[in-house]
Amino acid sequence: MEKDDHLLEVDNLVMWFPVTAGVLQRRVADVKAVDGISFYIKKGETLGLVGESGCGKTTTGRCILQLYEDMKGKVIFDGIDLTQLKREQMRRMRRDMQLIFQDPFASLDPRMTAGDIIGEPLKVHNLARGKEYKDQVAELFRMVELEPYMSDRYPHEFSGGQRQRIGIARALAVRPKFVVCDEPVSALDVSIQAQIITLLERLRDELNLTYLFIAHDLSVVRNISDRVAVMYLGKIMEITNSDELYANPVHPYTIALLSAVPIPDPVVDRTRERIILTGDVPSPINPPPGCPFNPRCHQAVDRCKEETPELRLIGEEHWAACHLV
Amino acid sequence: MTTTNGEKVLDVKDLRTYFYTQEGEVKAVDGLTYHVNKGESVGLVGESACGKSVSALSILRLIPYPPGIIVGGEIIFQGRDLLKASEEDMRHIRGNDVAMIFQEPTTSLNPVLTVKRQISEALELHRGMDKEASLEETIRLLRLVGIPDAERRATDYPFQFSGGMQQRIMIAMALSCDPALLIADEPTTSVDVTVQAQLLEIIADLRNRLGTAVIIITHNLGVVARYVERVNVMYAGRLVESGPTDEIYADPKHPYTIGLLASVPRLDSDRKKSLRVIQGLPPNLARLPGGCAFHPRCDYAMPQCKEEAPELEQVGENHLRACFLDVKKLKK
Repeated sequence: MEKDDHLLEVDNLVMWFPVTAGVLQRRVADVKAVDGISFYIKKGETLGLVGESGCGKTTTGRCILQLYEDMKGKVIFDGIDLTQLKREQMRRMRRDMQLIFQDPFASLDPRMTAGDIIGEPLKVHNLARGKEYKDQVAELFRMVELEPYMSDRYPHEFSGGQRQRIGIARALAVRPKFVVCDEPVSALDVSIQAQIITLLERLRDELNLTYLFIAHDLSVVRNISDRVAVMYLGKIMEITNSDELYANPVHPYTIALLSAVPIPDPVVDRTRERIILTGDVPSPINPPPGCPFNPRCHQAVDRCKEETPELRLIGEEHWAACHLV
Repeated sequence: MTTTNGEKVLDVKDLRTYFYTQEGEVKAVDGLTYHVNKGESVGLVGESACGKSVSALSILRLIPYPPGIIVGGEIIFQGRDLLKASEEDMRHIRGNDVAMIFQEPTTSLNPVLTVKRQISEALELHRGMDKEASLEETIRLLRLVGIPDAERRATDYPFQFSGGMQQRIMIAMALSCDPALLIADEPTTSVDVTVQAQLLEIIADLRNRLGTAVIIITHNLGVVARYVERVNVMYAGRLVESGPTDEIYADPKHPYTIGLLASVPRLDSDRKKSLRVIQGLPPNLARLPGGCAFHPRCDYAMPQCKEEAPELEQVGENHLRACFLDVKKLKK
């Protein structure tokens, strides 16, 4: 399905983490964090990746950036298969692909100044020095709506939202084409979330960025994404464009997930049918046979317990993995 | 403040809780007034450091001293002022009459005691049950909050449960003594949206069945829309708006409430429309601006707002707000 306008293609990605036990650290089981997923992201597009905790969304982002050694499957970025690259080649590729982290408190080095944090990628990739370096760092501060005079301050002197801005500036310092935003707003206050979302949208349009936007909050994802993929237990359940997913979800999991999202309007919210999923997400060490969602699905039939549904095209750019669709 | 029909179970009047830190005096709660009627469900909404949790801890007199101290006000619970109660009386009230669910179930449960032990302890202490009766009651409570296979799971330790299940255990524990008031401090913040819905349904269901009054503290206006009858919005230690839920959402009258509602992305709104943003940061409570604390972030700020702090005034039936601006000039 390789096409010219695809910036990224992920083909049958698998990432199992070994569970070891005993003195010999024998491999006794695997956490099947990502279990055979495929999707693409077009140039300039934002793909939202949603799911409950432990569904493998963060691992997917990290696999794309080649942060694990023993993943399987192909990751084709800008026509190049990243899984075939040597370490040094990949290091150079990283200029084009950056990551924005969830926790602005843990992801910034507390002993570096904000200026050094933002400027470090410029030094690592040898992009600027001397006055040019200073100018670029100042420009990056302004780009994320911070003041360049703050560059001598340390992370603890900033608020959560400001730290997230520093993280964004650092990721964008090397002018990447592609950014993985891993829950960039979930640790922030509501009013600050809105500020960061609008900032990310503005930067995407100005710098022509492509995002993989990972989040568990479906209303945030809907707001920023062109297309959305719904993950459950390491697999993609449904993927389509945002408007279609929210207007016509077909997978029972997507429907349940959407119905659980509260709407900040009591009159509207009271009239919505809320599907309460029973139980918890099963362990990815021992996922249920058949469709991973079958134990919690209120529509499950016998076939769902035996046969794992494939992700099938069911409409224009609309894929779903469900026997009943 | 107007009285509504129904008996008040809790009446907080001009509560002031200050912290004395190296940065100076921090007025975490500064003149908070609100009430909760019997069996009513009330939302306390605001961003971090607006004083919502501190005000809840103040009700139970759990403010660590030093640095914190309740410097003034009244907390009338079932007709008596808790701020004048002895420590001995408070110990009886906590858990028994007023129970609290905390945000982080993982850190609120004792990791070295089985779930059974943690719940039955409260039953034995507060309700004077013997071992056998308390065990039976524990299992009944665990079933009530929807723990599958309760009998067997009761002997497990907290780490053997998921976050959502731990929060259910917290709810079971909070309800063990049939309290008149349940304070839920961000009960759904650290859990997934599906679990969030489960937990709120459980709390709502129990409230209907047991008639417990509930205060739900949250930063997310979406979460409480469906579950509370009245909403109190806090900013910098004070109430800025208070009213019936439907009215607050449909017709907010304080610029902060309006901004907060506009900041939340909604599933049912136009996706292409970008969010309306409140500028600036929540204030540092140690260095509050003069006048109305919201004025540096307010689109409508007038010279008067920098000088004077507005008092709560009536803008509708049971609807209060603290703002100088003419209601007709608000844009929504």
